[in-house]
Order: sequence, then structure tokens, then C-alpha cells
Amino acid sequence: MRHPLRDQAAVVGIGATEFSKDSGRSELKLAVEAIAAAVADAGLALHEVDGLCTYAMDKNPEIEVFRNIGGRDLKFFSRIDYGGGAACAPLLQAALAVHAGVAEVVVCYRAMNERSQYRFGQGFIAPPLPNAESANWGWTVPFGLVTPASWVAMAARRYMHDFGATSEDFGRVSVACRRHAANNPHAWFYGKPITLAQHQASRWIVEPLRLLDCCQESDGAVAIVVTRAERARQLRHRPALIRAAAQGATDDQMNMTSFYRADISALPEIGLVARQLYAMGGLGAGDIQSAVLYDHFSPFVLPQLEAFGFCGRGEGKDFVKDGNIEIGGALPVNTHGGQLGEAYIHGLNGVAEAVRQVRGTSVNQVADVENVLVTAGTGVPTSGAILSAAT
Amino acid sequence: MSAAAAPDWLVQLRGRQGSPAAPARTATDPVNLPMIRRWCAAMGERNPAYLDEQAPLAPPAMLEVWTMRGFTPDGSGGAVARLTGIDEMDAAGFTAVVATNLSQEYVRYLHPGDLVTQQVTFVGVSDQKQTALGPGHFLDYRYEFTDQRGEVVGRMRFRILKYRPTQVAAAAPAAMKPPHPRPAITADSAFFWDGLNQRRLLIRRCGQCARLHHPPGPMCPVCHSQQWSVLEASGRGTVHSYVIVHQPQMPGFRYPLPVALVDLEEGVRLVANLSGVGPEQVRIGMPVEVEFNEVEPGYVLYAFHPRAGG
Repeated sequence: MRHPLRDQAAVVGIGATEFSKDSGRSELKLAVEAIAAAVADAGLALHEVDGLCTYAMDKNPEIEVFRNIGGRDLKFFSRIDYGGGAACAPLLQAALAVHAGVAEVVVCYRAMNERSQYRFGQGFIAPPLPNAESANWGWTVPFGLVTPASWVAMAARRYMHDFGATSEDFGRVSVACRRHAANNPHAWFYGKPITLAQHQASRWIVEPLRLLDCCQESDGAVAIVVTRAERARQLRHRPALIRAAAQGATDDQMNMTSFYRADISALPEIGLVARQLYAMGGLGAGDIQSAVLYDHFSPFVLPQLEAFGFCGRGEGKDFVKDGNIEIGGALPVNTHGGQLGEAYIHGLNGVAEAVRQVRGTSVNQVADVENVLVTAGTGVPTSGAILSAAT
Repeated sequence: MSAAAAPDWLVQLRGRQGSPAAPARTATDPVNLPMIRRWCAAMGERNPAYLDEQAPLAPPAMLEVWTMRGFTPDGSGGAVARLTGIDEMDAAGFTAVVATNLSQEYVRYLHPGDLVTQQVTFVGVSDQKQTALGPGHFLDYRYEFTDQRGEVVGRMRFRILKYRPTQVAAAAPAAMKPPHPRPAITADSAFFWDGLNQRRLLIRRCGQCARLHHPPGPMCPVCHSQQWSVLEASGRGTVHSYVIVHQPQMPGFRYPLPVALVDLEEGVRLVANLSGVGPEQVRIGMPVEVEFNEVEPGYVLYAFHPRAGG
């Protein structure tokens, strides 16, 4: 049976600020700049926005954004938890909202001065409050695991042990992203590709992760505009139909530290998202021409390739060889440069790239794109989407 | 400075002496009476000249307040702008700060409506100094504050000692030792942390199906019983996975820092520090055994060291 949400909504506008290390302005200003650009890109007016959606760790309340863009009636607003794991969740929730008629024009946004104000890489010590969220950090932080890199490294080491993957295999992901970023004038690493040797020479952050396995820390904002597919067809750009969108968390799920499952390197939450996306979209791995795979840390790109069936379990290390995930390869991945190369905007910049691939306007355009997969933060409760060209 | 050549980072940093230490920053808000009132209340300042409704003056000591970044509640944020030299010294291992000093010079009083801009110049980095806390370098900065007409209203010198904590930090006064990160403890997990203080490793055992669970929670996720007791673990286990932490370096830990996931022989898994084993010697499958260490008075954590056999 055809899923009732398939192709019912579309991304019709994208917008962004520049990506930097110190924006020099407030996060709220970044948000309204990106939103104004996205709504203009869609050919709509700001006062038509009646839904807003963002995700945890963004500090711009929906109502504050709405006030500043001169909004009138806000009918749908949702802030989804688990940081970058929610990068594609606004697509699902916006699609649900516009398909159900709750709202008509939903803007999803992410605006942060992550580099100049927070620096996730500097170490995190939870406030000692006796609640379940804080208490979970007590199982890692007192032992010196205080950064996302350290939490991901634990799973990456086990993945290497289980499947014989090496640091070079992770490095090939970074090389691919930096090659793509080198062509992208909006990328922080525009014009700065790296070699595998450079990756191997970069210093340890948390073994087995090297500096060049870790995404950047960035200031910047991205916004996207979602409306009904029917309305999308009357707007100025080729719609990027939301063929499928899904969220997922599975058994014994924790936030970055799901260390207590029998298998800690498999990312089952991404497996759940994959099954839902393919079922909703009526698609399989062979129907995807390009993918944006969340790359906060390069090792987790490999099990994502496996979970989506681009290769078998443990074969990610072979799949990324020989430029296979680069432009001209079998599955170009992160054609904007990813978060390793373009910027770390918690994955929403990846959604914007998926839209450009569908429109045919990427700086690293893949030929004859019909369906683009985009995923969200891994190792956390996650999400994903498939965007498709209208037929 | 010894006869030894200066390290690369120091040479590079010296090359930036005299250049801007951060982008110019203009105050988010002009000088204003509400902020003056708040500041005076916090400081116990009662000079009526500062609170005169008709023609208030800003206390000169507020000079840097106007351009200062806001604090974030968790303390991780941008209270300190990343001035030239800070990141470089962190990367070179001089991660700690014990004190700073600053002196200010006031050219004129500021009045509500003045909009202050600061420019910071990197004055320099000292030779290495040996202090009781460890070797370090002083970083010096010169701030110039201007108003909306570009005229100088004040200047400031800011000096900070960045040092590399020595491993004998215990010899330093106790008050100097940064606190070891503590867990947030709930009614569901208090038994575990209390157990550590008695040097026992306790695991939640379901009162109905007897399955073990760690980290503990209020309900058995398998049989859904909320009855439970505890089992004292033997303390023997094997390494399931591990990492070696190099960056960032937090006070209270030694780096490179090995951290492991340990499979206890009872069948649950724990995150743990390793002792008695070099970072390069850790292996998945390595047999290990628990030990207890009082990291601070009254605060015991477990760690694991290698054991024979397996």
C-alpha cells in the first residue's frame, strides 16, 4: 500500500548565512537572516509563515523568531530533541503538519554560534541535577569521556575490531568530503582538499579518531521552507518532494552513549530509519543517486552505508575505497563537503544540499538525480529523509 | 629562557605580537542606566553620581562590562573571547589558568547612550616561567576602548598565566586542585555510588527475573518488575572496547587517558578508567580487575587494572 505521507509535502525554499568561526552577531540574527533568505528563495512572503520547527540545542525560541519576522498566526511549532540527531525530523513533522492541514508554510531552522559561543569539542560536564537526563552523563563524564568525539570513538574502536576497518578507511570519508568542499565557495574549506596522507598525519583527538575525522565547529544558520506538494508545484523552483521522512530510536537507546547493547557499532536507530524510509518511499538502495550522510565524525559514515544497504554489514570500509563515494563514484556522498568540509550546522546544511541535488544546482551536481538520501546525527536518536524530483 | 630553541608554537605566536588578538567588538547595548543600577547593586556601590536620574555617569570600573560577552549557564560559553594565544597554549599543553590581573586607565566618564567598541592587541608571550603549579607562560594584551566618535575613552592591560599542571599537583594547596567531575545521582542510582564509597561494585538485580542491569533504572526492561535488589560484582571482567583521550585535557585527569568499556563476568558493561597499563598496551579482550580510588575525600571511583589469565 502506498504510504499516505509519501510525496505529500515538498521543500520549496532554502537559505543560509555564511559559515564561519565567529559570526560577530547574535544567533537570533543568524536565524532571521537564513529564514528571510529561504522564504524569498521560495517566492513567498514572511507573513505567510504559519509553522516553525527546530531542534534541541538551538537557543532561538520559535516565538522569538516569529515575533522578529513579523509573523501573525503561528499554528504549528515543535522543537525536537537530541541535537543533530533531529536534523531531518523537522522534515517529517513539517510534512505531517502541512499534509494534515494544520499549517501551510512551515519553516525549519538551525542557527548557532557553536564555535564562538559553545564549542562542543571543549568538554561537557552535566549540571549535578538529580534528573534522568543529567544522571546518564554520570556513567561517562567522571571517567573522562566528556566530548562527542570520545563517545563516538568507543563505538569506532569496536567497529575496527569487529570488521578489520582501519584509520585510513575512516580517512577516505574525510578526503571525499574535503574534495567536495574544495569546489564549494560556501564551504569553510573551499579550495582546501586533503590527502589521505594528511589525514594520517593529523594528531589524535581521541584514539582512534584523528583531528581530520572530526567535523568542524561552526557559526552559521540554515533554513528550509516546507509546504504542500500541490502548492509547491505553483512556486518558482522545482519542488524537492519529501518522498519519505522518519525518526528512530531503538532498544537501550541513549544519547551518544548507547554502550550497553550487545553490539555497540551497528547504529540500530539508523537501521530503523532506513527501513521506514524505504517502506514509505517504496524505494531501495539502488534508487538513490546521491546521499548526504551525517558526518560529525567520519567513522559513523561506514555503518550508515551498511544500514541503508549500499553494502553489506562490515563492508563499509570496502565501499569507500577508490573514490566510490566521491563525485564520479557509484554513490557521491556529501557533495557540499559535509560537516567535515562545509560547516557544522547540525545537519540542516545537508538537507539544503539534498534540495540542491534535486533541483540540479549543487556545485558538485550528480547527473540524473531522482532521489537523494539525507541522514541525521548518529549515535543518538536519529532521523532521515529521501527527497525526490517531481515527476 | 634556556639555551634550548623555542618550540615552534612559541615562535609562531611571537610572530603575532603587536597584531589584533581578536576582532573588534562593539557593545551589544549602549551604556544604559538599568545596567549601571544592576552593577552598582551587585558591587555594593552607593555613589549617587552613578544613579542620578537626570545625568547619570557610568562607574569607570564598568569599562569592560559594555563589550563583555554574556555568560552561559553551564560555563562553557563565551565569557572569555578566544584571544590570540589561548588556543595555541591549550594545544601546547598549557591548559590551566589560576589567576589573571588587569589594570585600567580611564580617559573620560561614560554616559548613557555612549556606544563602546573594544580593540585588543596581542602584546606578547613571556619566556617559560617555573611556578609552584607547573611551567607556564604569561600572555599580555592591550585593550583600547573607543566611543561612537572613535575617541579613546579608556585602556586596559590584561595578563594571564597559562600553565601546564604538574603531576604532583597534590603538593599544591588543596584549594587549588580543580574538582573531579561528579555524577548527578538520582534515587534510582544512589545505591551504586554509595556502594563505591564502601569499595563495592553493586549491580541492580531484578527482584522477579533476576536479570542484571547497568546503568540501573526503576523498572526491569524485560519483565517490567519494579522490585529489585543488588548483586555485588566479583570485579573481574574483560575490555569490550576502549579509547585513548588526548584532547581536550580536563583538570583532574592524566593524558593520554585510556577509557574502556568493561564487560563484567556477571554480564553487564561499565565505562571505566584503566590503571597500570600504558595507552599503547590496551587491547580488546584484555582481562581486567576492579580497584577503588578515592579521587577526592569522600568520593570513590572504580577503575580497572590488568589481571592474569582470562
